[in-house]
Amino acid sequence: MNPSVEALRREFGGKIGRAVESCGDTIVYVETEHAREILAWLKNTPGQEYNYLIDVTAVEYRDPELPLEVVYLLFSLDRKAQLCVKIALTKTGDLEVDSVVPLWQGANWLEREVYDMFGITFRDHPDLRRILMWETYSEGYPLRKDFPLRGRLSRSEQVKRALHANPEAHYSMELLSIAEAFNDLPHDMRERLAKGERGAIPEPEQGTDRG
Amino acid sequence: MGVTPSDGAKSAGGTSVISQISPNWITTRLDFLANWARSNSLWPMPFGTACCAIEFMATAASRFDISRFGMERLGYSPRQADLLLCAGRLPFKLAPVIRRIYDQMPQPKWVISMGACASTGGIFDTYAMTQGIDTVVPVDVYVPGCPPRPEGLLYGILLLHKKIRGETMVDKSIREEHILQPGGLRLPPEHVDVLSEPFGNSVHQTRSA
Repeated sequence: MNPSVEALRREFGGKIGRAVESCGDTIVYVETEHAREILAWLKNTPGQEYNYLIDVTAVEYRDPELPLEVVYLLFSLDRKAQLCVKIALTKTGDLEVDSVVPLWQGANWLEREVYDMFGITFRDHPDLRRILMWETYSEGYPLRKDFPLRGRLSRSEQVKRALHANPEAHYSMELLSIAEAFNDLPHDMRERLAKGERGAIPEPEQGTDRG
Repeated sequence: MGVTPSDGAKSAGGTSVISQISPNWITTRLDFLANWARSNSLWPMPFGTACCAIEFMATAASRFDISRFGMERLGYSPRQADLLLCAGRLPFKLAPVIRRIYDQMPQPKWVISMGACASTGGIFDTYAMTQGIDTVVPVDVYVPGCPPRPEGLLYGILLLHKKIRGETMVDKSIREEHILQPGGLRLPPEHVDVLSEPFGNSVHQTRSA
């Protein structure tokens, strides 16, 4: 068992849930409301110094009784120690946790991925948008267990919506390095960029939903 | 020349003279010349998204060497290419991209769908993948395989050569732009649904929870 668990219990007492050891890794459950406080303590306290966030991800178990879990994999580069911190979220409650981007900048895209795939929102995230699916994707959160493998809509509706997306809308003109050259662009491209929209969502038709 | 309608040269409604004549000695000779030139100097635009692209690279490299068939000039601009070679799976996110690339290519143009994923969606019968690029752009030759060997791709290219040699300027439908229908799709929605039906092992992948 990682000695950090004992230190956590001394510091936070009841805010720390059960801890288990699995395949040599220590997993410790913490309370949702105090997660950021605890993670900040783990990062900044001498003797802990978990200064590297390996991954943020989430798990949904097949058993509907079990909660959704948000998983933080921490690593201390100096001490070469690893710790897995988990938050359990009730599926019926609102799936919301504090963002850890203020602690680790690298959490930005990781939390966006968790939001995209599981629908868990992160408070105070600077830019919480979908990252893998396109932004106008409206079928839900693909890695949730209630999500059908082939998506919720019929294939023709999916192709139609995909073709409605505007590929240029994923980037700002600054990102494309064409802000100064805007007036020299072809007319149709100028029009698409000027709209600044991220693809139009067509109205859903009756009877296309196949659950 | 052969049989010409009396007012054929007037070309009513913007249709050209060629569309109003039947195949004759001159058009077939011209066809032969144009098709010979086109089939032996295809300029491919590789659209490589997955492992098929690696096999395509092997095909383009010296051992298999597609320059033997006049294809060594790979154009990475759709405006300077006449063969769209989709090597790999096409996620929905890339569907508008390949559609725009296809629209930007000048006529005459052809499409090869390389590999199982590009042709049918392959093993990726999921929420994120188009079930064959033919739901998005028209396809001339499908090359099966996962990925196809370079010999397989070369055979597909030779089949396309054969197809091009059979084209004729009299048949204007060959050069038709397959633009998107008002509903936003290339094909009627029912056709897209049928094309995307699961088959083989995918039939058993209906688990959702």
